[in-house]
Amino acid sequence: MFFLDHAWLVPLIPALSFVVILLFGKRLPRGGSEVGIAAVGASFLLSCGAVAQWIDRVQNADNSHGLASAIGALGRGIGRLGAEGGEARVLPVIHQYTWFQNAGVKLTVGTQIDGLAVMMMFVVTLISLLVHVYSLEYMRGDRRYTHFYAALSLFTASMLLLVVASNTLEMLVGWELVGLCSFMLIGHWWEEKPNSDAALKAFLTTRTGDIGLLIGVVMTYFVAQSATGHGTFNILVVNGSAASSKVSHTLVMWTALALLLAIIGKSGQFPLHTWLPDAMAGPTPVSALIHAATMVVAGVYLGARLYPIFWYGLSIGTPGHGGLNAMAVIGGITVLIGAALAFVQDDIKKVLAYSTISQLGYMVMALGVGAWTAAVFHLFTHAFFKADLFLGAGSVSHSGSHHSFDMKKDMGGLKKYMPKTFWTFVIGSLALAGIFPLAGFWSKDEILVNAGHNGYQGFLVIGAIGAFMTAAYMTRCVYLTFFGEYRGSVEHELAEVHEAEVLAEGDELVEHHLAEEQDDYIPGFGAHAVADEHGHGPHESNGLITVPLYVLSFFAIFAGVINIPGIERFEKWFQPRAAFVPVSPAKFSVIVAAISLAIAIAGFGVAYLYYWRKAGPQDLSEHNGLARAGKHFLVMKYYLDVLYTDIIVASIKGPIADGVYWFNQHVIDNVLNYAGRGAVVAGRFTYQYIDQKGIDAAVNEIATVTGDSGGAVRRVQTGRLQFYALILVLAVGLFALALWIFT
Amino acid sequence: MLLNQFLLLSAFLFCTGIYGVLTRKHTVLVLMSIELMLAAVNVNLVAFGAFHNSVIGQVFALFVLTIAAAEVGVGLAIVLLIYRNTHSADLDDVHALKG
Repeated sequence: MFFLDHAWLVPLIPALSFVVILLFGKRLPRGGSEVGIAAVGASFLLSCGAVAQWIDRVQNADNSHGLASAIGALGRGIGRLGAEGGEARVLPVIHQYTWFQNAGVKLTVGTQIDGLAVMMMFVVTLISLLVHVYSLEYMRGDRRYTHFYAALSLFTASMLLLVVASNTLEMLVGWELVGLCSFMLIGHWWEEKPNSDAALKAFLTTRTGDIGLLIGVVMTYFVAQSATGHGTFNILVVNGSAASSKVSHTLVMWTALALLLAIIGKSGQFPLHTWLPDAMAGPTPVSALIHAATMVVAGVYLGARLYPIFWYGLSIGTPGHGGLNAMAVIGGITVLIGAALAFVQDDIKKVLAYSTISQLGYMVMALGVGAWTAAVFHLFTHAFFKADLFLGAGSVSHSGSHHSFDMKKDMGGLKKYMPKTFWTFVIGSLALAGIFPLAGFWSKDEILVNAGHNGYQGFLVIGAIGAFMTAAYMTRCVYLTFFGEYRGSVEHELAEVHEAEVLAEGDELVEHHLAEEQDDYIPGFGAHAVADEHGHGPHESNGLITVPLYVLSFFAIFAGVINIPGIERFEKWFQPRAAFVPVSPAKFSVIVAAISLAIAIAGFGVAYLYYWRKAGPQDLSEHNGLARAGKHFLVMKYYLDVLYTDIIVASIKGPIADGVYWFNQHVIDNVLNYAGRGAVVAGRFTYQYIDQKGIDAAVNEIATVTGDSGGAVRRVQTGRLQFYALILVLAVGLFALALWIFT
Repeated sequence: MLLNQFLLLSAFLFCTGIYGVLTRKHTVLVLMSIELMLAAVNVNLVAFGAFHNSVIGQVFALFVLTIAAAEVGVGLAIVLLIYRNTHSADLDDVHALKG
């Protein structure tokens, strides 16, 4: 059980790598990237070991004597623990160390490794490793190459800390670190104002949700306290406590709502999704990492981790007639609004960003309708094909469109120039659209069938509409990027080259050349890298970019296999069996699967007809006022940004500024003035009465008395030796006389 | 044993010494008067030693003589220095301690 017991190494290695890169990166021959890749590679191997050992543990769980008592000891009298039924309970592997003790409350840090954790460790480290490798080429010659790799390492380490955390407080630490790293990486090119604005926006918007997390984490403590009598942040105990009849339902509900706010902020759910498209300002590998493995899935992971809180707090298991609860509603809205916005974007990365919002909506919706396994499974498959798509988009901009992401201006017809990127991108798109038998099909279908099964028919319909839209906007995206005529003009190309050169010159020119020379050390890639310079028109990216794309495409095709009906290993291996809720997974339904596939193909078909064949009303938005208004509404992103910055922030900051000014003028200034005047009066009084007449007089008096007494005594000091001798003799005589008289 | 006579002699010598110290103006004479007082003390010591049939008094007297010799050396050196600085051996001219 080495890998499960020592899971703390997995976040620790990238964290150390962060420190090493930061301190020594610039002096290393490859600017610290080798340290980052080695560290994440080591974490990846450890995670693979952990996955293997966990699967082994689940398979051999039948002879698990004494586990019930172990749970009892942990949970201290929690009523319902573990899944009901004949299934063997598989306890997470927990190691805890006391962090600090205060007023009888012991806070611990540690690792809690179960199926969910090992699955996430595998996904995070794999994607992070591929992104690290990809960045070797993509970020080559960047002005802050070392800094970039340091931040990537810390990003990975923070997410892994969040994943292995054994208590909610530790999760909070990982969560905030993830937010910090996303800020650093989104604003990587902060010299340009939009980039630093985007980083700030991402940070501040997610902070809104983080308030919910802070409140929620504190409340988990009280949930555990009211169930067991001992407050604790331990995830297992908290999860077990949520089911206890001793805990008031209101408390659990408010905890769930507070945590839901955190998920909304972090996972880009409506209405706090606005930061996610802006976050595209960061380098493309970072976008891939944020969207697939580290940042946004943190919210979904939180939901999956503390699922019993949501299950009982929001009564997910017992839907009413409408089948509504806050989580599912938020997720459902997000599915639709994200997908709708993806249609009007010209920026390929923004299409993918809105697609991510929509897919995260699926996950949150799945959690909301009680489909835990489906949600986590979708997280798992989505990570691969979304990373694939993002890295593909990066490849296009890197080698095909001269660092532009505008599909309408600079792309089109790239299929014949970049066949490898094209095919991997198409595989990712098909998987995202949910085409049989790729990964996305299985996970999306599972969400839909479970939504129907658990009594949430409304969300089944929403999911189906979302699937239709997904297929359609991805078709549009692929069409605009890879088909038609190449639109990147020569003049534009030259301007871009010039701009790139200007950027490359300046202080980092030496590093740029250094990076080029280093490329020759990579066998097989060196020759390619020379051809990869600017100004040669669109061409295929080199191996450092395409190999990660192959790997991700492989997973985008086959990752669904582990949970296809009849095998369902994913559920068996990764769904928690201790301190969990009684979910009842739906049976695979051929009808639902066929319908969802048909819908996806229909979406593809409609988009094909509209964009390829130019069927239907083209340029509708230019002729029809209603359509134009609708498109404008979408282009303006539902006016949410306007609402946030111009209405909410402006209306708050104006009165606040006025109020603060008034307060400053009338209260603080007055206080200061009166304090000043008072000080002057007090000073004068002190000077006249205390200092002059009290202290000074006393000092003078002492001096006078001393002088006078000195003057009186000095007369005795004649300086004549014989006078002294006389006094001496007289004194001795006097003493002798006294002695004689008194004895 | 004639004790009183010795004591009277000693007292006479002592008083002569005191008188000399208090009245003489010349520094050397003052020093000589101090020697007289020391001699008076020595007479006392020897007399009491003999009176008590003990050798301690004579030993003490010998010590006093030795130390008196050393003290005279220091004293004369001081007188010499005073003379060099003030060109006078008159005690009335030495009044640096006047307050």
